Amino acid sequence: MKLIVGIIKPFKVDDVKDALKDLGVEGITVSDVQGFGRQRGHTEVYRGAEYTVDFVPKVRIEILVDDSDVERVTAKIVDTARTGKIGDGKVWVVSIDEVIRIRTGESGRDAL
Amino acid sequence: MKINAGDTAWVLMSAALVMFMVPGLALFYGGMVRAKNLLAMLMQNFFALGIVTVLWVIVGYSLAFGPGDFIGNFDYVGLKGLSTQVSEAGLPVLAFVAFQMTFAIITPALITGAIADRMRWAAWVPFIVLWSILVYAPVAKWIFGGGWLAQRGALDFAGGTVVHVNAGAAALVLVLLLGRRKNWPRDPMPPHSLPLTLLGTGILWFGWFGFNAGSALAADGVAAQAFMNTFVAAAAGMLGWLIVERLKAGHATTLGAASGAVAGLVAITPCAGFVGGLSPIIIGAIAGAVCYLAIWLKFHFKFDDSLDVIAVHLVGGIIGSVLLGFFADSAINKAGKDGVLFGGGWSLVKEQILAVVVIMAFSMVVTLIIGLGLKKSLSKGIRVTSEEEEIGLDLTQHSENAYSLERV
Repeated sequence: MKLIVGIIKPFKVDDVKDALKDLGVEGITVSDVQGFGRQRGHTEVYRGAEYTVDFVPKVRIEILVDDSDVERVTAKIVDTARTGKIGDGKVWVVSIDEVIRIRTGESGRDAL
Repeated sequence: MKINAGDTAWVLMSAALVMFMVPGLALFYGGMVRAKNLLAMLMQNFFALGIVTVLWVIVGYSLAFGPGDFIGNFDYVGLKGLSTQVSEAGLPVLAFVAFQMTFAIITPALITGAIADRMRWAAWVPFIVLWSILVYAPVAKWIFGGGWLAQRGALDFAGGTVVHVNAGAAALVLVLLLGRRKNWPRDPMPPHSLPLTLLGTGILWFGWFGFNAGSALAADGVAAQAFMNTFVAAAAGMLGWLIVERLKAGHATTLGAASGAVAGLVAITPCAGFVGGLSPIIIGAIAGAVCYLAIWLKFHFKFDDSLDVIAVHLVGGIIGSVLLGFFADSAINKAGKDGVLFGGGWSLVKEQILAVVVIMAFSMVVTLIIGLGLKKSLSKGIRVTSEEEEIGLDLTQHSENAYSLERV
């Protein structure tokens, strides 16, 4: 079992969600996050004073999948979230020891 | 004396309009501070409605409008004997008392923008009490109360000197006494909600019709002229600010539109019932442009005027008061004078500059005495601790939170 984590541009969330639904993905968790990569931040101007805002808003998506689905799902995220411009984000995959569905107590692949 | 119903209705309505400027000002400033200091800002403003109103009835009105050239006496303490009085113009004296009361309320409230994010609440309370009595009342006497500056010939239709120069000068002194906010100007302290600031600006603009047109103390042609001048100067102020901002900083911003409108309103305040024609456009546009440029002062001299009270109110008040010496036109108002551009020569300009300098100096000296006195006498001083500043004034000064968004 793997945890796929993606940091993507906020306006791509709906596209990615729809694409993953079409792929048959059963669940996805999203959260608002901030940070910087090579895109760095942006500047804001208040009454003539310029401020650099280092952290750019992004959305973090998390999906638990079976090992056999990893490639399809990551490829779909990369495909859908790409604009080709700097700041598109990253996707990484983490190995998971155990998953348990709270309602039924099922564990392992049955809980996915 | 027979009561003039039309005039009375307009003055009472105007008092209500100026009262509404206080929450407007609170939102104007409140939107510009960080979310953790929002309630403290709103409270410093809103509290003025509570404390100054009571002070005004007890002693403030008497000191500002009782007999005397430098300061009023105690004849009208508790508004004694005023209930049934009617002025020669047919205005119930209480309508005038109420109208002037709203000016006394909003003037110290203007100061709060400069001291944002760091003044201890327990210091603001005695400060506003002392400042209202020791600074506002005498200055109002000199100009509005027919005192010595008015007798010399200085003009101030609705408070360019009494309200804006006065509050702006006091703000500068308090800023210097309090010191800069932690890590200013290194850390950005961006406005937390410009929509609040825009809403506040709209309310200020609306209320300013009462402030300026109400100062005619009659529902007449001068009031209509003042109303129109107020509207036009705010508009021109917005344009003036935005043009310079676009050229210097690259963008026309919403905060710039709001600030420019307020700068125009400040500058037209002393002129409102004394100028006409295209003058309000020129005065407003100059104020918008120059007030924008005046923000440079705080970065150059490193004084942390948090929300630019000095650049907008002190500088805007000076611009309006001095420009009145050029643009005043007695054809607009028989009680007025002619400025340089209308054949009146330089005498009015000189009186205007004198009034500005005297009021600035008086406000700064007495504010310094009040501020230093509080700094020495209050056990915790006038500024919050570094930790309280970090946590925010809402929680540390008032035990409240502005936004409870029900997150984990």
